[in-house]
Amino acid sequence: MTTFTTDTPLRRAHVEPAAFNQIALAHGGGGQLTDVLLNSTVLPRLDNTILSDLLDAGVIGQRIGALALTIDSYVVEPLFFPGGDIGRLAICGTVNDLAVSGARPLGVALAMILCEGLPRAVLERVLDSIRAAAAEAEVHVVTGDTKVIERGDAAGIYLTTAGVGRIPPGRRLHPEHVQPGDVLIVNGPIGEHGLAVMLAREMPEVKSVLRSDAAPLAGLVGLLLRRVPEVVFMRDPTRGGLAGVAADLAARCGWHVALEESHIPIRPEARHAAEMLGLDPLDIANEGKVLVVVRPRDEAAALEALRAHPLGRAACVIGRVEDNRDGRCELYTTIGGRRIVQKPYGEQLPRIC
Amino acid sequence: MNPPEHDVRKSLERLAAATKGGRELAFMEVCGTHTTAAFRCGLPSVLPRHVKLISGPGCPVCVTAQQDIDLLVEAAGRQGVTLCTYGDMIRVPGRRGSLQEARGRGARVHVVYSAMDAVALAQAHVDRQVVFAAVGFETTAPATAAAVQAARRRGLTNFTVLNSHKRIVPAMQALLERGAKMKDGLGIDGFVCPGHVSVIIGARAYLPLARDYAAPCVISGFEPWQMISALARLAELAQSGRAEVINEYPEVVSPDGNRAAQKLLDEVFQPAETRWRGLGLIAQSAWVLRPAWREFDAQVRFGLTPPEDCEPKACLCGKVISGLALPTDCSLFGRSCTPLQPVGPCMVSSEGTCAAWFKYSWRQAPHRPLPILAGASP
Repeated sequence: MTTFTTDTPLRRAHVEPAAFNQIALAHGGGGQLTDVLLNSTVLPRLDNTILSDLLDAGVIGQRIGALALTIDSYVVEPLFFPGGDIGRLAICGTVNDLAVSGARPLGVALAMILCEGLPRAVLERVLDSIRAAAAEAEVHVVTGDTKVIERGDAAGIYLTTAGVGRIPPGRRLHPEHVQPGDVLIVNGPIGEHGLAVMLAREMPEVKSVLRSDAAPLAGLVGLLLRRVPEVVFMRDPTRGGLAGVAADLAARCGWHVALEESHIPIRPEARHAAEMLGLDPLDIANEGKVLVVVRPRDEAAALEALRAHPLGRAACVIGRVEDNRDGRCELYTTIGGRRIVQKPYGEQLPRIC
Repeated sequence: MNPPEHDVRKSLERLAAATKGGRELAFMEVCGTHTTAAFRCGLPSVLPRHVKLISGPGCPVCVTAQQDIDLLVEAAGRQGVTLCTYGDMIRVPGRRGSLQEARGRGARVHVVYSAMDAVALAQAHVDRQVVFAAVGFETTAPATAAAVQAARRRGLTNFTVLNSHKRIVPAMQALLERGAKMKDGLGIDGFVCPGHVSVIIGARAYLPLARDYAAPCVISGFEPWQMISALARLAELAQSGRAEVINEYPEVVSPDGNRAAQKLLDEVFQPAETRWRGLGLIAQSAWVLRPAWREFDAQVRFGLTPPEDCEPKACLCGKVISGLALPTDCSLFGRSCTPLQPVGPCMVSSEGTCAAWFKYSWRQAPHRPLPILAGASP
């Protein structure tokens, strides 16, 4: 999960910034409404050249060897869901933001806000999960903070994780390097984290084989970068889903991004769950997926590298960058139709019937 | 599920053949899920030039009258009330803001996924009055009926419903009766009938439309190839002047529908006149609580009276859901009305026509939207 993610505001100039007097849940949805919040309120106050790049991690200290710094908060409910829990999510989210920025994770800082009355066993379970995920990602939690708040509406635990990683000299992954002809690759089936959490939260009575894909991607990405050092750009499609990162990529590189629906891997159980909830699988969050952009000459090598790793067995090409300066993302559908792909707006609200 | 390609191609060929050389045909779907499915798969971009697919009053959020929205917001503001609603409703702006804004002001508004969730909430919080915002067609109305019955069985005195359940067939009938014309003069040449609703009401429910108004009706599933096949069938019927009801979704839709659900509906509800957004009053188009269940009517419990119905100025939602206007005909579309700041419900609901246009087919600057309905997409 990336907190400071946004579209380039200028490309959306025709949409009036939504005036708001109070925070709505949808401001935290990771969609266009989150962009409005950041662009109108946060960035004007905190902006600087690193923050305004709005990448998954800020790159600092270029003169002494570039470092990537990232921070995320986790408020997921329920705390435990099929395939993961808030602890695993916190480590994976932060490690993945570093990895897709081209950085090797060096250490993670962890802040916990605990609610009065939280059973010790729950906290221990979350901490065990943090330890396991950190071991998987080959990173340590090197500092932390704990606060306790009064019993309220809170779910029990909120986590904030910050991570720092080293970027090798000469590497700079940035959407501005994307060119027509570049190939978009994803490392596996999409939509599973968001759907697993939504089902666990909203329809606990529904039994599903769906599991969150939450996984640290540092190993997979490390392997890819060793074999294909000239990866152009990467991003993890968390909140806002594949639609969010693909539309964002198009807007920020300025080229037309074409996705091929029939190539986008989605498991049948995810497709059915999304249908039941009335959601577009492209809009749904992932926590163990990465969208990789490579030059056409690197396509085969990148696929081979990704497929050599357990988290990339199902890697495939899902689209291309086209020679058209409209900055839009378009989906070529299975019936031979076309439609545009936009960043989702706010909260994902399941439909009525 | 990826469609078997030959089905899509074959159906498109049938559709093209049926419309070749003939007049322009306009078919209406009356189901929010069809609206979304059509736009999501880029259906408008593959239709022959002569075929238009119009979205009718099928989105439950969109057809809810403004006064009913205002009533929900008022109920949510009452002391001790917890209002339970399906997701999409919370963002529809009323005259005094939306339920979401009411929640921001401190009102207790819960998003639920079934009416029974609201009953469970009432049982768990006997100190709160739980009001369930009952919206939707025959798909959700039986669940409300079951919830009301469960509340009585459990002796709950803190559960009520603010009911605006609707019946789809009377609305389709009203559109035909009023001779609804799209702005370019096209009438409705047939209906793509809703898959989910038809499961409950059965295929026979559409017979009066075919018999009395000569409107062909084809019941369709939600896969793109099923919708294309339904359109091809409709085009064939329309060209040959045959008004029939054809069930192309027999896996789940039977001629008589779900008898158990119908019995549940009949026990708790009775048909009555009600107001629809854009369509005004339509006889027999509501499911209202029978007198025996009045104790569960939130309007009675809290003495709520619907305010005057007053739709947002310049908002064309009413015309859009009647098939009389396209979203892009609305002066607000993409300017002051966006999914971020919706003015009308069609931009709020994920199944709303305006939201689907905005999300899936809005290629150009809002001032020059591409006409995509007639398959004019490049």
